[in-house]
Amino acid sequence: MTGARSPVAPVPYRVVGRREETADTVTLVLEPAGPSIPEPAPGQFTMMYAFGVGEVPISVSRTGRVLEQTVRAVGPVTRALCATRRGQVLGLRGPFGTGWALEAARGRDLVFAAGGIGLAPLRPAVLRALDEGAAFGRVAVLIGARTPADLPFAGELDEWRRRGAQVEVTVDRPGPGWTGHVGLITALAGAADIDPAGAAAFVCGPEIMMRLTAEALTGLGMDPGAVRLSMERNMHCGVGWCGHCQLGPLLICRDGPVVPYERAVPLMTVREL
Amino acid sequence: MDEVTADDLARERFFADVPDRHRAVLAPTARAVVVPDGHRFFEEGGRAEWFWLVRSGTVALDLQVPGRGAVVVETLPAGSVVGWSWLFPPHRWRFGAVAVGPVTAHRFEGPRVRELCAADPALGYDLALRFGAVMLDRLEATRVRVLDLYARPEQVP
Ligand SMILES: Cc1cc2nc3c(=O)[nH]c(=O)nc-3n(C[C@H](O)[C@H](O)[C@H](O)COP(=O)(O)OP(=O)(O)OC[C@H]3O[C@@H](n4cnc5c(N)ncnc54)[C@H](O)[C@@H]3O)c2cc1C
Ligand code: FES
Repeated sequence: MTGARSPVAPVPYRVVGRREETADTVTLVLEPAGPSIPEPAPGQFTMMYAFGVGEVPISVSRTGRVLEQTVRAVGPVTRALCATRRGQVLGLRGPFGTGWALEAARGRDLVFAAGGIGLAPLRPAVLRALDEGAAFGRVAVLIGARTPADLPFAGELDEWRRRGAQVEVTVDRPGPGWTGHVGLITALAGAADIDPAGAAAFVCGPEIMMRLTAEALTGLGMDPGAVRLSMERNMHCGVGWCGHCQLGPLLICRDGPVVPYERAVPLMTVREL
Repeated sequence: MDEVTADDLARERFFADVPDRHRAVLAPTARAVVVPDGHRFFEEGGRAEWFWLVRSGTVALDLQVPGRGAVVVETLPAGSVVGWSWLFPPHRWRFGAVAVGPVTAHRFEGPRVRELCAADPALGYDLALRFGAVMLDRLEATRVRVLDLYARPEQVP
């Protein structure tokens, strides 16, 4: 990043690649059109700006100078982002947030548990763990999806397996020809080939999924202090100014999105904060 | 089919903190079984006389849906208990169960376990609580799945 660029000014990035992950989810490969933002850490997010439409927080799904972000079209801004074509320019601010802090888990077995598009923020951490295989113990990636067709990054899961990860996928509704697991992701927790007592877990997905998965993992003997979740809240400024992303005492843009389970759970079960 | 010892049961999470004397009376009702891919453990409606503790592999629970064949409603990984219809009248299976790939399991004789439970209420209570906990887990998981977790809010009716 050049000089004293304002954290609220978007930096232009060009879409140099585009992959449709599922019917409503697209991965954009983004290259700086000039100066770049600082290289994001796994688990960090940017504020992605579709010019003329608006800006939303989106996690980085592959880190680096050329980075990837995976967007699910749910409303006006994400639809506009998903519709961008190669060669078009959009804006990025950031990177923001705490990230997964993978370093603290060195030497341990790792469990990554993802619900649907929750795999996007976990992907850079999975790739880092596989790149630095010797630094960690066994790696288990547990993924829950609505249907087989809703599984993001389906094309690279075999590559993760080949590189030593245990990858287990479960779906709520099997389609014809599906021979994998069917059921809630919590059922996969016990199938993870790791030593729970010494493992660290990284969980991302809908809040209920994260709560139940964390309960299942700690139920197997994992230390609650070794479980991290990634929380989502509406964001506006991304830099701790506006208060839009408040979750109790936390500002998710600044204190999150990755938070320790022990800190997140009491807040998740409060109806209105 | 091989005999199963109380020590074998102690190694299974489901029985881990069961008192030794209960494991000792349950073990003779169990046999270690190895079944091939596609083996059907039971059909919906059949008499429920067994339950299984899956040691390796996966068992799929299914329902026969007219026009769609056997639809898998859930798969049970290693460590799971398969079958509780043997415990409750009318002792008929509510689902079918089939091996997805080769499966090893401990297979227990339901009617004998019922007799043992009737003869020793402490064992009966302990086992009923354990099966109750499994059922509670599955009920909660089913309820959460009914919420359609991964749907967008506006997709949920
Ligand atoms: C830290 C952080 C990281 C994120 N990472 C990603 C990411 O990697 N990829 C990604 O696609 N999204 C991610 N999101 C969510 C994304 O920011 C929202 O989907 C986006 O803000 C929606 O904006 P919109 O204007 O398109 O839709 P809106 O008009 O704001 O919403 C349209 C409809 O979608 C619903 N909706 C909004 N957000 C979500 C959601 N997350 N899930 C389901 N329904 C939703 C709304 O309730 C509404 O019904 C992240 C959010 C946060 C806070
Ligand atoms: S988004 Fe403004 S304070 Fe967090």
